[in-house]
Amino acid sequence: MSQTSPNDPLAAVAAALQEISEANAARLAELKVELLGRKAGRLTQVLRSLAQRPPDDRRAIGQRANALKSEIESAIESREIELKDVGSAPDAVDWTMPGRPGWRGAVHPVDAVVDEICDIFRELGFTRVTGPEAETEAYNFTKLNIPLDHPAADAFNSFYLGPGIVLRSHTSPMQARTMEQYDPPIRIVVPGLAYRRDAFDASHAPVFEQLEGLVVDEGVTFVDFKAGIDFFVKRFFTADTAVRFRPSFFPFTEPSAEVDVQCQMCMGSGCATCKGTGYMEIMGAGMVHPAVFEHCGIDPERYTGYAFGMGPLRITMLRYGIPDIRLLFQNDMRFLGQFLE
Amino acid sequence: MDVSVKWLSELLGTELDPQEVAHRLTMLGAPVDEIEPVHHELNDVVMVGVERVEKHPNADRLSLCHVNNGKDVLKVVCGATNVTPGKTYPFAPVGAVLPGGVKLTARKIRGVASQGMLCSAIELGIGTDADGILEVDTDAPPGTPLLEVLPLGDSRLVLEVTANRPDLLCHKGVARDLGAVIGSPVKLTPVPGAPNETLAPERVDKRGAVAGVEVVIEDVEGCPRYMAAVICGVKVAPSPMWLEARLLAIGQRPINNVVDATNYVLFELNQPMHAFDLHKLGGPEIIVRRAHDGERMVTLDGEGRTLTSEMTAICDADGATAIAGVMGGRDSEVSESTTDMVLECAYFDPKRIRNTRTVLKMSTEASYRFERGTDIQGMPEAIRRAVALIIAVAGGTEDGPPVDVYPEPRQTTTVFLRPKRVEHLLGLAIPKDEIEGGLTSLGFTVAPKDDRLAVQVPGWRPDVSREEDLVEEIARLRGYDSFPVEMRPFRPSNVPDEPLEFVKARVRRVLTGLGLHQAHSLSLGPRRGEAALQIVNPLSADEAYLRTDLISGLVEAVEYNWSVRERDVRLFEMGTVFRAGETVGLPSEQLRVTGVISGARRPPHWSEPGKSIDFDLWDVKCLFEEACRAGGPEGTIDATDGKWVLRDTNGAVRGWAGEVTADRPAWAARVYGFEVGLEDRGRRWVRFEPLPATPPLERDLALILPKGVGAAQVEEVLARAGGELLESATLFDEYRSQTVSGRSVGWRLVFRAPNRTLRDREVDRVLTKMLATLEEQMGVTRRAT
Repeated sequence: MSQTSPNDPLAAVAAALQEISEANAARLAELKVELLGRKAGRLTQVLRSLAQRPPDDRRAIGQRANALKSEIESAIESREIELKDVGSAPDAVDWTMPGRPGWRGAVHPVDAVVDEICDIFRELGFTRVTGPEAETEAYNFTKLNIPLDHPAADAFNSFYLGPGIVLRSHTSPMQARTMEQYDPPIRIVVPGLAYRRDAFDASHAPVFEQLEGLVVDEGVTFVDFKAGIDFFVKRFFTADTAVRFRPSFFPFTEPSAEVDVQCQMCMGSGCATCKGTGYMEIMGAGMVHPAVFEHCGIDPERYTGYAFGMGPLRITMLRYGIPDIRLLFQNDMRFLGQFLE
Repeated sequence: MDVSVKWLSELLGTELDPQEVAHRLTMLGAPVDEIEPVHHELNDVVMVGVERVEKHPNADRLSLCHVNNGKDVLKVVCGATNVTPGKTYPFAPVGAVLPGGVKLTARKIRGVASQGMLCSAIELGIGTDADGILEVDTDAPPGTPLLEVLPLGDSRLVLEVTANRPDLLCHKGVARDLGAVIGSPVKLTPVPGAPNETLAPERVDKRGAVAGVEVVIEDVEGCPRYMAAVICGVKVAPSPMWLEARLLAIGQRPINNVVDATNYVLFELNQPMHAFDLHKLGGPEIIVRRAHDGERMVTLDGEGRTLTSEMTAICDADGATAIAGVMGGRDSEVSESTTDMVLECAYFDPKRIRNTRTVLKMSTEASYRFERGTDIQGMPEAIRRAVALIIAVAGGTEDGPPVDVYPEPRQTTTVFLRPKRVEHLLGLAIPKDEIEGGLTSLGFTVAPKDDRLAVQVPGWRPDVSREEDLVEEIARLRGYDSFPVEMRPFRPSNVPDEPLEFVKARVRRVLTGLGLHQAHSLSLGPRRGEAALQIVNPLSADEAYLRTDLISGLVEAVEYNWSVRERDVRLFEMGTVFRAGETVGLPSEQLRVTGVISGARRPPHWSEPGKSIDFDLWDVKCLFEEACRAGGPEGTIDATDGKWVLRDTNGAVRGWAGEVTADRPAWAARVYGFEVGLEDRGRRWVRFEPLPATPPLERDLALILPKGVGAAQVEEVLARAGGELLESATLFDEYRSQTVSGRSVGWRLVFRAPNRTLRDREVDRVLTKMLATLEEQMGVTRRAT
């Protein structure tokens, strides 16, 4: 803004700038004439009076007056635009009209759930690792104590790419890979895709997200296991969600457990989703089987640990009430758009 | 596995509540999926006394029975001939619903109204006898509900049994686990009509005989133990009602008394058995050997089967007569004419059976159990139980003690358990008494040895082979819920985070920020390109190959969205693509990001009416650049005709952007896409640049670019000539006119010196230099104003 002083002929003119920015349309029209009018405009008068000034003053005031003139002109112009946008009578504006939007993108709900799970485990000191989707039978099965000639292998129902090469049927191979590469303490979560020969229907997909966890250190016990899982469940669901551990069987854990949480549909009173039990299964877990340690070069007498695996697709469906797994792969804009943050 | 609660109650000698049993079993590791009441549909059926039977006036084969239901005497039309005055029969009144869901309605049969129906066992779903109305010997007054007179009411539990617990595939095993937590021991109940004593099997090494039937095991690996009993003088007929009802209660179809008896033992003790007709056995002899490759036989289901030498066959003098552990043969089957029979009770090698049934593509109740491991030690009990049952329900006598061919008797497994190890794993000191007591109640034999426990594993628990297996038993009996939830100190992970996960997160933030939704496609699909990896055992041809690119999935997604009339599609996906490895072994996998855009560049808004503007190539170019910046490898983006490619520092193409083809309806917009390989370029932090304290000087520069000169080349010159004073050059305009040859392109240049106010003169000098270089090097001139 121009510099002014009390006896400065431009001071009063400059003061009008403030008035311009607040003037209504009628006053603005008046001000325009008052300040810039060709005959009686105040600024015009200042310029006309320059001739009577000493030469030194003449130049300084002249320059400033011209600068001020363009400043006033642009102030009047922008106020005119403002007034035009708003309308001359404020009552005429419909303030309920929608604002101007831009496109926004949503994170896929499954990724959002995977991140949330990994972040909760990060609080317990877990790091996040990934591994290859095509695996050897050794990593997918034998190192994890799954004998291929036992009915326990039936559950894994793998796709083969060639002799001894499978599309991993769980993300558990990373348990073995990690234990072979790093010394304890190991605390990892492993999200990623897994493959099983299940026909694509409302509740099965041949390709699905799996999330595996592994803890190995000295002195890790069943109590630590329960505490870790309980912490996760209460963070992921609610602090008062009931958690239930019951015995089960997985070749790579001993003791093995199935973890149930209070049904999120009926909150435990019994409904069709939980078949009236009030609980739903969310993960298989247990203490790492000593044979797995032995296969991966870790001394099972010194180290113990726990492992767990869960299906983020199913958890996503439960969390958001999605009835059909295929919706998660259809990439319908209307579906994905529902998950905008 | 279907379990009858009534059967369990008998084995434990106590009345069990189905809900309670279901909960206990679930918490023991055998979750109950369903509890189904058995025969609840018979609630409407009552006992009636028949007072008088007369001939139907209009039909020779029908009779008209006058029955007393305790309140009234009703008239009932009946087709059976066995209804006798003075006896009691089950009666379904009008309105009752019988098994199968048929509701009885009042109707006239040959002109006479029938007020209900007298029922046979098959009509009630409690047996197979269809010949006559079920006569019930009872003192109960007429009108008493049938279910109070006959002990048929039961609950069926649908049990989920894990692959390691074959012992839970029978009632005794389930009752044993349950008994261990409720404190009742398991005891088999006596069978009505069974002989008091049966003969103990007699063990022989490799071959032996029973009642003149030679039994020999040649394939000891496939069949470590084989027992046979001979029962003479049986009468094959339908089973008594109690046996039929028991099988029906667990969803099994009764066949005849001999088969039903063996099935009963199967579901009681988990020992599959097979009955041969003695007179149909060539020899008579039984040879257990490997089948010959190509050997053929017809199984019970009438199918011709071709055997291989990897299977074990039960043979008579003429050849294979049963596939060991899978299915018997038609030619030696027990039929109604059978009088003398051979009962087989064997242990077959689980792997052999698994292999056999996989090759034959058939699974039976027997093969399911053998491949999980049956109780080799429990066989004597099982065969004696079966003999007793058969004699009880089909008559006959045992012809000498059963032969027990057992070449190499197995030692009981002993596992040593350290109470310290229990605490080491469970995090809780468990009293020694509790450990011993618990294991004993499950049938383990426990003896202290030094500071350890020597635990003998019963034959029905093939899953227990090491210390940790026993620890699980202890935890299981105590109840997992009894362990505290207590967060104890832990050490952080020694394993570093996977850096590509950070790259993915960054790319996702950038692309969602630019308005794209994140998509997920199946990584399996039809064959696209030569390099696609094929799945050996696909589910269908549509999902037989692994993807070699990601864009195809998103183009399909665009087409899908068009099919639901969504015109504006903006999607990105991150995922793995596969190619055959360079050498044998694992294929190579690459993580990539792809994106597509089609339709309106911005959502419509009322202030900008008229046709909205669609995305074009320049939009995808920017997305591509942002994706490369966020997650791509180091490199440069080169333009080719209508397409851009990212080349890494070695010159290899690592990404592209451009228009993509799709099956596009007339109303849809063009589709643009990009795909880039993701790469970890290490952690990159922004380096703070001090904010300028001096004013900028701006100049607009309109240049005429002759044909063949690109804006990027011009910008290079501007940057070089501008040196340190040129802060930025922004291309803001392109103008092609008829009069000027070439095109006019406008840049806004911002000049600034970090330590002083620039003067116009200095900037003019720089501009002059720029223009001179441009003209000299590429014939670019300033547009005349």
